[in-house]
Amino acid sequence: MRRVYLDRIAATPLHPQVLEAMLPYLKDNFGNPQSLHSVGQEALKAVEEARGQVAQLINCEPQEVLFTSSGSESNNFALRGLALAHQKRGTHIVLSAVEHQSVLHSAKSLEKLGFKVSSVPVDKWGLVNPEDVQRAFSDETILVSVMLANNEVGTIEPVGEVADICRSRDVLFHTDAVAAAGNVPVDVKELGVDALSLAGNQFYGPQGSAALFVKKGTRILPFIDGGIQERGRRAGTENVSGIVGLGKASEIARKEMEKRNEQVKPLRDRLMRLLPQEVEHVFLTGHPEKRLPNHASFCIEFIEGEAMLLNLDMQGISASSGSACTSRALKASHVLLAMGIDHALAQGSLVFSLIEETTSKDIDYLLEVFPPIIEKLRKMSPLYTQYLEEKGK
Amino acid sequence: MIYSEKVMEHFQNPRNVGVIQDADGVGQVGNPVCGDMMSFYIKVKDNRIENVKFQTFGCGAAIAVSSMVSEMAMGKTIEEALKITNKSVAKELGGLPQNKLHCSNLGADALHKAIENYKERQKAEAEKKEAREKSVDKEKCYCPYCEGPLEGLEDYCTKCGIELEECPGCGEPVKKGDEKCPHCGATKVRV
Repeated sequence: MRRVYLDRIAATPLHPQVLEAMLPYLKDNFGNPQSLHSVGQEALKAVEEARGQVAQLINCEPQEVLFTSSGSESNNFALRGLALAHQKRGTHIVLSAVEHQSVLHSAKSLEKLGFKVSSVPVDKWGLVNPEDVQRAFSDETILVSVMLANNEVGTIEPVGEVADICRSRDVLFHTDAVAAAGNVPVDVKELGVDALSLAGNQFYGPQGSAALFVKKGTRILPFIDGGIQERGRRAGTENVSGIVGLGKASEIARKEMEKRNEQVKPLRDRLMRLLPQEVEHVFLTGHPEKRLPNHASFCIEFIEGEAMLLNLDMQGISASSGSACTSRALKASHVLLAMGIDHALAQGSLVFSLIEETTSKDIDYLLEVFPPIIEKLRKMSPLYTQYLEEKGK
Repeated sequence: MIYSEKVMEHFQNPRNVGVIQDADGVGQVGNPVCGDMMSFYIKVKDNRIENVKFQTFGCGAAIAVSSMVSEMAMGKTIEEALKITNKSVAKELGGLPQNKLHCSNLGADALHKAIENYKERQKAEAEKKEAREKSVDKEKCYCPYCEGPLEGLEDYCTKCGIELEECPGCGEPVKKGDEKCPHCGATKVRV
């Protein structure tokens, strides 16, 4: 059976060169970077080289990069670390309504500690209006977090503008760039952010390797207490092979990003254009232009996402969904609901995110197997029957 | 795969999908907000479910559960079908993931609701019949066309000769083929 992997927002394959770079640190070079002996020093050298590679990807200084275990950890680290370090100045935090759970839940924990959190709405494309962020400010506001690109609907937020507003008000600004970094150009200086999260498994690096950029001179509370790793801000023996992998993936992404996108965007555009033509009642979610070049997301009316994913999987196609049934929490995507999409339609969420290996034939194959799957599920759907009855009247 | 082989088998080849237009009982549970919605239709003859169909909006588990419930209910007496529980459905399917157990609840609930609906209809039917018999006994009937007196049970009016039938809504005689009953205003439904 043909295998078509269209779920890069979950994980990308490991780049062969990344694996090659990592292997020595899983075999012979097992040293602890904090050891003074040469075995340890060799590992330290590899970690610092990787720090430089990640710094180059986002245009910052190497010492501004802190290694973490995941995008979620980076987001937790930023929210908690910044809020707690600056709580004497104020206790108000502003977020967008479409942030990743790792940002939202960090904010919830902070609320329990006495912080106040405001949520800024988005429009039907999932876009935040920077003026709304400004309106949400109070004298107590110390931190704002708005994601760079949304993982569920692909929309790219006006992060630079939000950062400008924050700077003018002397408020810290963090952006969750997990879905964006390594996929589209990200320059922390140009954006003017104080903190930024990224993760290696979004751009051909290994899982369990991520980073948080914290601008020089910005106070942040340590996330793991203990040793002196990551300049005392995140203790624990470094995940050397993972860090090396993240570094190599960053280097490759920086060089090949443009070429990758030139190749993948036309395929994505074709999918975005043709899928709603092949099947009735299919709606694009997210912004039609301001979006990740490898991301196509839809809502398929009258059916539920998980049933579609299982059927697609049986045809060899891997995709993802934001429906209630696919989430462990059994709640429909907060992102789609925030965009004003109703519950029933949000259940039909489907996300295709393309990888470098995706071919034109893969898209043809998807377009071929998709309509019969939808037809089969709609035949089973009481909502579709209802719709047809009402239409017939 | 998060599901058992049996669940996937029912999901891929769901039994008894569809609608019964002249069902004796219909049950619907859930709504799109919670992610699942099921409709069950049953046809009952001599206290036995002789046909069952379903439609489901929902995840793999919800579809497999509906299919299994329909299979388990087919041919059973009303009493036997009422004994189908959420647990027995999940068991027949070889288990369900913890967070999908609520789907099995919906399946049995929808079937039981269809049975409840069937029983209500039976009861309403019986009451109507009783009321009709009473009204026939008590009151005199008149032809809806010429207003001539009727015994109340004739197929045609002895005075003007038009063909008559009984309104299933109120039991009064109406002109055969009329869409609306002049007595109770009900749109005529053929029994």
